[in-house]
Amino acid sequence: MPDIGVRNFAGKINCPNPFWLASAPPTNTGEMIMRAFDAGWGGAVWKTIGEPVVNVSSRYSATDWNGQRIMGFNNIELISDRTVEQNLTEMAEVKKRYPKNAVIASLMVASNREAWHEVVTRAEDAGADGLELNFGCPHGMSERGMGSAVGQVPEYAEMITGWVKEKARTPVLVKLTPNISDIRTVARAAKRGHADGLSAINTINSITGIDLDTFVPRPNVDGKSSHGGYCGPAVKPIALNMVQQIMSDPEAALPLSGIGGIGSWRDAVEFMLLGCGTVQVCTAVMHYGYRIVEDMAEGLDNWMREKGFKTIEDFRGLSVNRVTEWKHLNLNFKIVARIDEQKCIGCDLCHIACWDGAHQCIHLDRVSGPIDGHVELHRTPAAEQAESLASIAETPVTRKEREAAFAQGPYPTPLARIPRVDETECVGCNLCSCVCPVEGCITMVRVDKDVAPETWAERTKGAACEGSAA
Amino acid sequence: MSTATLPDDPRLKARFGELKPALTAQAAVIEADRCLNCFDAPCTAACPTHIDVPGFIKRIASGNLRGSAVRILDANILGASCARVCPVDVLCEGACVMLRQNHKPIQIALLQRHAMDAFWASGETPPAKAAGSRKLRVACIGGGPASLACAAELCRAGARATVIERRELPGGLNTYGVAEYKLRAADSVREVEMIRQLGVEFRCGVEVDSAAALEALEAEFDFIFLGLGLGAMQRLNVPGEDTRGVMNALELIAAYKTGHVRELHGTVVVVGAGNTAIDAANAARRLGAAPVYMLYRRSEQEMSAFDFEFEHAKQEGVQFMWRRLPVAIRPEAHGRLLLETVQVRQADRKLEVVPDSEATIDCDLIVPAIGQSPLAELLQKLRGVEVRNGRIVADRETGQTGNPRYFAGGDCVNGGREVVDAVAGGKRAAVAILKTAEVAHA
Repeated sequence: MPDIGVRNFAGKINCPNPFWLASAPPTNTGEMIMRAFDAGWGGAVWKTIGEPVVNVSSRYSATDWNGQRIMGFNNIELISDRTVEQNLTEMAEVKKRYPKNAVIASLMVASNREAWHEVVTRAEDAGADGLELNFGCPHGMSERGMGSAVGQVPEYAEMITGWVKEKARTPVLVKLTPNISDIRTVARAAKRGHADGLSAINTINSITGIDLDTFVPRPNVDGKSSHGGYCGPAVKPIALNMVQQIMSDPEAALPLSGIGGIGSWRDAVEFMLLGCGTVQVCTAVMHYGYRIVEDMAEGLDNWMREKGFKTIEDFRGLSVNRVTEWKHLNLNFKIVARIDEQKCIGCDLCHIACWDGAHQCIHLDRVSGPIDGHVELHRTPAAEQAESLASIAETPVTRKEREAAFAQGPYPTPLARIPRVDETECVGCNLCSCVCPVEGCITMVRVDKDVAPETWAERTKGAACEGSAA
Repeated sequence: MSTATLPDDPRLKARFGELKPALTAQAAVIEADRCLNCFDAPCTAACPTHIDVPGFIKRIASGNLRGSAVRILDANILGASCARVCPVDVLCEGACVMLRQNHKPIQIALLQRHAMDAFWASGETPPAKAAGSRKLRVACIGGGPASLACAAELCRAGARATVIERRELPGGLNTYGVAEYKLRAADSVREVEMIRQLGVEFRCGVEVDSAAALEALEAEFDFIFLGLGLGAMQRLNVPGEDTRGVMNALELIAAYKTGHVRELHGTVVVVGAGNTAIDAANAARRLGAAPVYMLYRRSEQEMSAFDFEFEHAKQEGVQFMWRRLPVAIRPEAHGRLLLETVQVRQADRKLEVVPDSEATIDCDLIVPAIGQSPLAELLQKLRGVEVRNGRIVADRETGQTGNPRYFAGGDCVNGGREVVDAVAGGKRAAVAILKTAEVAHA
């Protein structure tokens, strides 16, 4: 049976599972965190503690897509609006009652050594298992020289990390902002400042949308808005990329707690395959509540069982080296699309996607007779549509007409609507398989057998040699 | 145009409430989002008027409700009534690719109704397709869907069209012949009102029943479109048929929709098993009759009604008597009737009477519903317009008849199909008339 427990930072941060709540509204109070631990969360990063702030009313906004709520989420809430004293008193209580769960104190204070020394000491005295330095918050706090204002300047990040490390007895994690041209520069700075670990990514600067009646962007605070921090499912690909960048850079790589759009065990496994030892969740909890952790823990356990992994360390980082520079990709790898006629439902989205968005090699010519080759040889989508609109259709009113109209051919879909791939033109781009609504209907099949691999780097290296020889 | 003859009867509304509730705004968006937006969509191809179904559905999803309705009306000016009366199971929804994935088809009819209801609520009229006024004048004889579609298409292209209807209200069977729980007469009249706002002229209560009347129209108009529909319902041809207490299905439907029949009691026998027969039987149930029987000379497998209509009739409590033939009607005391019937069976290609199978049904109303007869009389008077098997012979693509000034569409050409088929026929004829006129003036 797999063990999904975590023993990180030389056994200094331990917890029953790798699922932490990120520093955010779900970790605002001790009462909330204790309920989260009851629900099954392995750890929690306390809502950032610092000098109390005043928040505005109307703080969140979301991006919905095709009827799905909260594809992306945005906030302009600041750090904790409760006193350091209040937060730390509660933290001590939580640690007393839940000794097996990890409690990390997220900290943000003014950029001077004494302030950082003081807050570090107080948090550790309250029983924090570790510290997370909030160098990422992209709104409000950055205007006061904190949060991402620190995280965007490697020198500041290194300096403050150094101050914290002068006092800290527990592991120190630096939380990175993605609002920077290369996240590795700050990760390296944190490492130079002797951070024990990293958390990535914080939220991304955003305007989620604008009210088309009032012209005010959301969230609306009395007729105005402010750029906020974007998170939720939409940001996962960006987060994964940054996690991979950090973990593949020896000067930056540290134990990493992955953050960004994680809402299921699948998301979590992806972050772990790129090197994360723990993951942090916020938006999905704000959407559905603490209860989602049950499936996350079960799903991870089942997946590990299925794959034969005993601990998270068995698979952590397995995909880091599967990302390479483009020039090292095999140019001779060739796949083509294959359409399963038994599964095709005849929506023909692959056909129009290939014609208008790709390489004009999926055709509707099974009935008129397949033609391979250049685009000029084929009927255009516009001509096909015009023909349909010019056709005469009648309601099948008699039984005979209805039987004829709904007669079943050799495939579930009429042959005329099952597209065909011209493999001589298919470049193997995957677009058709991305748009196909039927699972397993379009598969990309490898066809480059017996061709030796060759990368762009290899090819141009050869050319350079030839050039110099000549 | 007056709606004075339409009843505003709360009992009628209660008894013939909408079969399906309308979608709420959010439910419509959720359903619209479910649509895959197929390329060259099968639903569009299956629709006789080729409504751009994914096009209007995705406009609902994006919140462009006006654009959605205009998209529908562009293809089908009776988009509102078609959303309610179309047998979508065998048309757009039956063609939905979702069915091949074991998923429910997109609820196209309800979405179309949603877009059209929003359009009504906004009080707008559909935009004209082409600017400018043409001298072309066309008379459309018959006030049903075929003529309405033809006239609307002509007006939107800048021509002048006049609809001539013998009844008091235009709309044809949309107004007088559709079950009230599918389409209220008042809604049909409202739809016609929108067509009038496009510029179509209406002459109601005018019968074109003589050669002289036709000649007058020929003198006044450049082209004549025949959207005559079909004739009266066919008779059973049994003794006693003219007895009081026998009322054919279309008469019954028109009578309750216009408030002339408000209640029924006792036993009703509907003869026939088509869609109109089912409408009449369901109406009888809802008007208070019990039991209501449907008598059909063939079997369940051979009935022409759509499957969903048959299921609906069973839910309404209609009882079916298969392979039974009416042979005579006898008046009884107190206005009651005795319907004499026999059992029949298939023998080669004919039906033969089963010996000793006579049975009589005590009833209060007998409703023949065995189809409409062709409109033979007027057709005889049309010069150069060929009539075959009671149908006007017209080109499938243009609706042009043997007489180059006469075009035709709808039931009088196709022998009796759906509203949407009539709209498609009328529209094709309008396009052909415009083209013919253009060539003539070029």
